Amino acid sequence: MTIHRWTWQSKLTFTLAAALILILALVPAFASDSVNERLTVLFIYVILAAMWNAMAGYGGLVSIGNQLFFGLGAYMTIRLADAGINPFAAMVLGAVIVAGLSWVLSLFMLHLRAGEFAIGMWVLASIAHLCVNLDPLIQGETGTSLISLNAYAIADRRMMIFWAALIGMVGLLALLFAVLRTPSGLAMQAIRDNEEAADSIGVNPMRTKRLFFVLAGFGTAVAGALWLAQVSAFQPKTYFSVQWTAYMIFMVLVGGLGRFEGAILGALIFFAAETWFAATGVWYLIGLGAAALLFSLLLPKGLWGWIATRTGVSLMPLGYRVHMETPSK
Amino acid sequence: MTNILIQAVLLGGYYALIACGLAFMFQVMRVINLAHGSLAVVSAYAVWSLSDTFDMSPFVALLAVVPVMGVAGWLLQRLVLERAVRGGELLPVLSTFGLAIVLDNLLFQQFGADTRSLSPMVGDLSWEAYELPGNIYVGKLPVYILIAVIVIIGGLDLLLKRTALGRQIRATATDPDTAGLVGVDARRAAGIAAALATMTVAVSGAALGLRGTFDAYAGAPQLLFAFEATIIGGARSLWGVLAGAIVLAVAQSVGAQIHPQGFLLGGHIAFLVVLFIRLALKGKAPLRLAGIAQLTRKGAAQ
Repeated sequence: MTIHRWTWQSKLTFTLAAALILILALVPAFASDSVNERLTVLFIYVILAAMWNAMAGYGGLVSIGNQLFFGLGAYMTIRLADAGINPFAAMVLGAVIVAGLSWVLSLFMLHLRAGEFAIGMWVLASIAHLCVNLDPLIQGETGTSLISLNAYAIADRRMMIFWAALIGMVGLLALLFAVLRTPSGLAMQAIRDNEEAADSIGVNPMRTKRLFFVLAGFGTAVAGALWLAQVSAFQPKTYFSVQWTAYMIFMVLVGGLGRFEGAILGALIFFAAETWFAATGVWYLIGLGAAALLFSLLLPKGLWGWIATRTGVSLMPLGYRVHMETPSK
Repeated sequence: MTNILIQAVLLGGYYALIACGLAFMFQVMRVINLAHGSLAVVSAYAVWSLSDTFDMSPFVALLAVVPVMGVAGWLLQRLVLERAVRGGELLPVLSTFGLAIVLDNLLFQQFGADTRSLSPMVGDLSWEAYELPGNIYVGKLPVYILIAVIVIIGGLDLLLKRTALGRQIRATATDPDTAGLVGVDARRAAGIAAALATMTVAVSGAALGLRGTFDAYAGAPQLLFAFEATIIGGARSLWGVLAGAIVLAVAQSVGAQIHPQGFLLGGHIAFLVVLFIRLALKGKAPLRLAGIAQLTRKGAAQ
C-alpha cells in the first residue's frame, strides 16, 4: 500500500499552469488593449472567487458582506496614495491594513453562526460604506479617483496593472494552496466536513477559521485595490455593493464550493457569462440569482464537485490518496 | 426630546412588524431567510398593483395579498427551505440569497426604476395626526402600524403557546424527528409556520408602502433592519423583537440628531454594541468584559 498526493493529472496540470502563467505574463507584448483589460478583470474575478471559497468552502463561513474587504481595499489605496505613497505600494499596504482590520473583526464575528454571520458581515459592510462616505476626501457618493496613477503613461500603466493583477492572482492562489496543505488547512477541511467531530479530535476551529478569515480579507482587499487601479474611479456605492458578493457566490456555487479548482472554473464561467449576457441587463442578474438558487438546491457541490466525484480527478492535490497494490499472484 | 422618542417608538413598531416574520422563521426553523426583505417589497408591489388597477383601498387589497403570500411562504418552505436545510445550515443562506436576487431584479424588470408609494391611495390618512399634550403630533398611520404589530405578535404568541398547532410547531422546531415519532406531521407544521411568517411579511410590505416610498431594490435595507431588530431583541421571544426594534429606531433617531448622515450609522452601532455585550456575557468576546461574565456565571451557580 502506498500513499501519495500527486497523480499524473495533477503533475500535468502544474506543468500546464506554469506554462500558462508564462504565456499570460507575455500577453501585454502582443495583445490589444481591450484583451489586456478583459484579462485583468478575469484575474480579479478569480481572486474574488478563490477568497470567498476559502472562507465558505473551507471554513463554513458564508458571508454576504465580502464587499466590506473589497471596498476597504480600494478606499485604503486611495487614502494612502493621497498621503503621497506610490499607488502600487499603496495597494499592497492597503490590503495589509484591511487584513489587520479583519483580524480585529474576527475576534467577535466568528462567534456568530451561519445566517447570523452572513448578515452580520453585510451590516459591517454597510457600516464601512457609511463611514467612508463621511471622509471629506471621498466627497460622499460623488467619489474620487486614483489620480496619482496618471503619473504613468497610459500604455505603461495598463501593462503594470495587468502584471499586478496576474501577480496578485498567482500569488494569492499559491498562498491559498500552500495554506490548505499545511496542518491548518487540513484542519479547515475537517471543520468543513464536521465541526463537532473536528473539535473532538483536537482541531481548534477558531484559530483555523481566523486564519482563513484574515486571508480572505487580505485577498479580497487586493482585488478591490486592483479594480480601483483598473477603473481609476472610486464611488463608495459601487465598491460596497452587495452585488460583488452575489458574483462571488455565483462563481463558487457553480464552480464548486470547497474545491480549489471549483473557484477558478466558476470565475471562468462567470467571465464568459458576463461577456456574452451582460448586455441583457436585468435578465443577466436574474439568471445569476436563479443559477445560485438552483445550484444550491440541486448541485450544492457545483460543477467541479460533480466532475471530481464522477471521475476521481484531482488536479490540485490537497489531500492524500491511498493506493492498494494488487496482490502478486 | 419627548417628541423624538415617541416618533422613534412608532418607527420601532414598523421595524418590529418587518422583523417578527424573520424572527419567527428563525425560532421555528433555524433559518434566516435572506429573501425576507424582497418578499416584503413583492407584497408592497402586489398591494400597489391591485389598488392601482381596481381603484380599491390598499387595506382591501392587503386582504387579498395576505393569503397569496401565505401560499408563497408554504411553497418556499416546500420547494426551497426543506431541501436546503437537509444540506446543512449554510445552504439555506445561499439559496434564499439567490432567491432575493431573482425577486429584486424581476421587480425591477416589471416596474422599472420609479419609486412607488401607497400613501396617495389612502387619502387623508397619510397625514392625519393625533395631537398630544405638549404640542406633540403623532401620525395616525404609525399608530395603526404599532397596534397591528402588537396584535400580530400577541396572536403568534398565543398560537405558539396555547394551541395544538402551536405545540406541534414548537415540537418540530426543537426536534423534527422526535416530533414525527409522536405523531406530529413535521412537514405540515413547518409549512404552516412558513406561511404564517410570510403573511406577516405581506402586512409589513403594505406598511412599507404606506409609510413612504419603495422601489425594486428596497428589500435589502428592510432585511438588514429586520435582522438588526431580531439580534438586538435576542431572538428568544417575539416581544423581545419588539423591544429590539424600538431600541434600533431610538438609536437611529439619536444618530440622526448627532449627524445629518448618522441615522443608519446609529442603528448599526447599537446593533454592534448589543452583539458585543451578548458575546461578552457568554465569555466569548475578546475583552471578555471579565467582571460581567464572571458575575453572571456566579449568579447562575447560586
